[in-house]
Amino acid sequence: MARKLMKGNYAAVYGAVLAGCEAYYGYPITPASEIAEAAAELFPKLGRTFLQAECETASINMVYGAAGCGKRVMTASSGPGISLKQEGLSYCAGSALPCVVVDVMRGGPGLGNIGPEQADYNQVVKGGGHGNYRVIVLAPNSCQEMCDLTMLAFELADKYRNPAFVLTDGVIGQMMESVEIPEPVASLPDKSSWAVKGDADTKNLINSIYLAHDELEAWNNRLLEKYRAIERDEVRFEEYRMEDAEYAVIGYGCISRVLRTVVDDAREKGVKIGLFRPISLFPFPKSAIASLPSRGIRKVLTVELSTGQLVDDVNLALGGRLISDFYGRVGGNVPSASEILGRISQLYGVKI
Amino acid sequence: MKGAVLRKPGGFNDIYKHKPGADKDRTHYCPGCGHGILHKLIAEALEDLEITDRTIVISPVGCSVFAYYYFNTGNLQVPHGRAPAVATSVSRANPGSVVISYQGDGDLAAIGGNHILQAANRGENITVFFVNNAIYGMTGGQMAPTTLEGMKTTTTPYGRNPATDGYPMKVAEMLNSLYAPTFIARTSLHDIANIRKTRAAVRKALQYNMEKKGFSIVEVLSMCPSNWKLGAVESQNWIRDHMLEVYPLGTLRDRGAEVAPRVRPRPELDPARVRETLGLGEGSGVKLERPKETPVYPNPSVRIAGFGGQGVLSAGVVLANLGLEYGYNVSWLPSYGPEMRGGTANCSVKIQDGTIGDTEATKPHVLIALNRPSMEKFEPIVASGGTLIYNSTLIDVTPSRKDIRVLAVPITGLADELGNTKVQSMVAAGAFAAATGLFALDDIIRLLPSLYSGEAIVKLNEKAVKAGFDFVRGIKS
Amino acid sequence: MDGPRKYPFCEIDQEECKGCGLCVNACPAKVLEISSHLNSRGFHPSSYKGSGCLGCGTCFYSCPEPGAITVYLKDYVPEGV
Repeated sequence: MARKLMKGNYAAVYGAVLAGCEAYYGYPITPASEIAEAAAELFPKLGRTFLQAECETASINMVYGAAGCGKRVMTASSGPGISLKQEGLSYCAGSALPCVVVDVMRGGPGLGNIGPEQADYNQVVKGGGHGNYRVIVLAPNSCQEMCDLTMLAFELADKYRNPAFVLTDGVIGQMMESVEIPEPVASLPDKSSWAVKGDADTKNLINSIYLAHDELEAWNNRLLEKYRAIERDEVRFEEYRMEDAEYAVIGYGCISRVLRTVVDDAREKGVKIGLFRPISLFPFPKSAIASLPSRGIRKVLTVELSTGQLVDDVNLALGGRLISDFYGRVGGNVPSASEILGRISQLYGVKI
Repeated sequence: MKGAVLRKPGGFNDIYKHKPGADKDRTHYCPGCGHGILHKLIAEALEDLEITDRTIVISPVGCSVFAYYYFNTGNLQVPHGRAPAVATSVSRANPGSVVISYQGDGDLAAIGGNHILQAANRGENITVFFVNNAIYGMTGGQMAPTTLEGMKTTTTPYGRNPATDGYPMKVAEMLNSLYAPTFIARTSLHDIANIRKTRAAVRKALQYNMEKKGFSIVEVLSMCPSNWKLGAVESQNWIRDHMLEVYPLGTLRDRGAEVAPRVRPRPELDPARVRETLGLGEGSGVKLERPKETPVYPNPSVRIAGFGGQGVLSAGVVLANLGLEYGYNVSWLPSYGPEMRGGTANCSVKIQDGTIGDTEATKPHVLIALNRPSMEKFEPIVASGGTLIYNSTLIDVTPSRKDIRVLAVPITGLADELGNTKVQSMVAAGAFAAATGLFALDDIIRLLPSLYSGEAIVKLNEKAVKAGFDFVRGIKS
Repeated sequence: MDGPRKYPFCEIDQEECKGCGLCVNACPAKVLEISSHLNSRGFHPSSYKGSGCLGCGTCFYSCPEPGAITVYLKDYVPEGV
């Protein structure tokens, strides 16, 4: 298997190419632009489409069109761009169109800055656009996972006919790591039963409008059933040194890398602490987090690059059995391991 | 005997199965609405040109939101104004199909104004049928960009006032200012002669679409009796008496004869070709044997810092690449963004056998400081027992830490002696290799051709690496 | 049908027609009229007076309803003849 040193953003495009993504439609924005640039370099070499759209809105609607034609298709952006894409995403979800969106989160609100943040959590994980819908959300914490989870995002998007996000941040997008390049997919799913291919056999209809109230309610209920199935079958998370842990730190994406170091450093000082890392944010690993107290966890600290978004879901999952403590930094600041260790020491009175 | 009877054209569905309720054999349009006439002209053309089976119609938001009820084609209903964007990707996904974007004036000229301009400017191989009835129909008679001056609508109850509401937007003329479009025409439905002209324009636009000749649009002046609050015939007369003056009819552009058909490539999905294109499969990752000598730091974390433009980030990339070639797990974390374009820049590199946690070198074993602010900022965080390599050409103070090894290397000076300060990064890489024993000099030199192109550049970098390496080895001995 | 039809002629689907009157206004031979009866949707449909059709198709192309008007042209040969 080939190993390459590459940026997280680049690895996501490798994942897309390997997954058989036929088209990329995007608009430049820091810190996601390398995704468009890598797609512009690689896609035409394989006769696939790269198009720099006139705006974020156009790009997500181009995704809607290509997905409606049954093609694997991707776009990428960052906070302000994702806000603009929400209309199209609601349509993709409402029309049950599989597509992949990479969000390389930056600082907000407004123009904010281009430093890393995880403040798009709510707008991505909770829907973001209008209507009752969910998108599948995968949160890589390495360049390797940028590649692997992008491939998985395509697979899950097709499996459930639903948009799938790769929710990452400026750190993961911009850093380089060694990546083991997986094998390209050998075949793509047949979508003739619903896709529009411009032939006599697939005179299908892609739409999200249901005038009759009962019809729209029934459609919403079908979507809900799908989301329940996703919640049942697609939960992904990782635990590190949790076996005998009394304390758990919870974080995803780049912060989970810092937390891994936090756990190692604290363990060296004899603190029984472990890391719980959600990999899928929708579906959220609710029951795994709910079971933490019964597994001997006495304290939970959620750390994220926001003023508190993931922590709400952690607390919903904990259901009052424990209340998670919280530590967040924003504005492009990433807390160091020693900063977090200091917080743990202060909160729980442990010597680190 | 098709020519001997004029009946519901084959481009239409027999029964409108997607239409809710019992009325599945009648349109949802109001009596006298122009949409139905244009639908009929399109459906007839689809049948006559024998393209019904390979046509895809994009239905917009507006009264024609339900165009998909009627056309016996592939159909996508799309968000308000976005039809040209969707049509763009649909036509690229299915290059063999005929893609129609059917839009009203609010959809095309207001909320989707940029999309139509850009799709036209790209010369997308799509046909746009643009219904201009100077008003919003579906939402109940509000002002459109094409509403006439003085015209009363529900949102211009005192008449459209150009001073506050702007002027009627001339879409065909606007698009005609672009180079790419192939065919631009404005027609009208206000009498049979003009309906027949519209029929001809529809056919021509679709003909060019079939021939892959790029972007075609027909703007059609059309009746909206309900919102104009006029009868059907009065509405036709209103077009004649009021709209024609503002929106002159005719073919504004016909470049069909000179435009070459646009051929789209076929997407390549064969795994072998994909592997080849991505440069995979040329052996395993580990290409170099690690040096015999035990490195000073077995799993080093490194911080490199300096001015933007000093090669700080690329020095880190070189170290990470070397680590990769030796079979380590490596990470490279840059400061990114505007910092790269002028101010200070720094990067963290980790080279480890195990899993890398935090990728930021918060307690680096090695700090390479290329300027004074960087040294002052990062000297305090160097791990005890670590190494500080500082650029003695530019840094005129001595580091104060006593618990670390300090190596003064004139990095900029050594590069300058080679005639190019751009190779500071390679001088630094050489100094790092010598200071840590992690990389062999020969291995770095062997790797250079894969990092740089051009023999002279490779040679220059080789000299730079050697200069840095030899200088540090000179200090050590 | 009362005896053999004389071509050309036009047929107006009394249920599909919405009675907008565009065909009546456009017909050069003035052989169409708005009926006095209501159809099931409450429209007074247009109808053919029974003779004088020129087979020009003006009504067909003026009509916004896809299948409301069918025009049998001069050279139309009915099936089975």
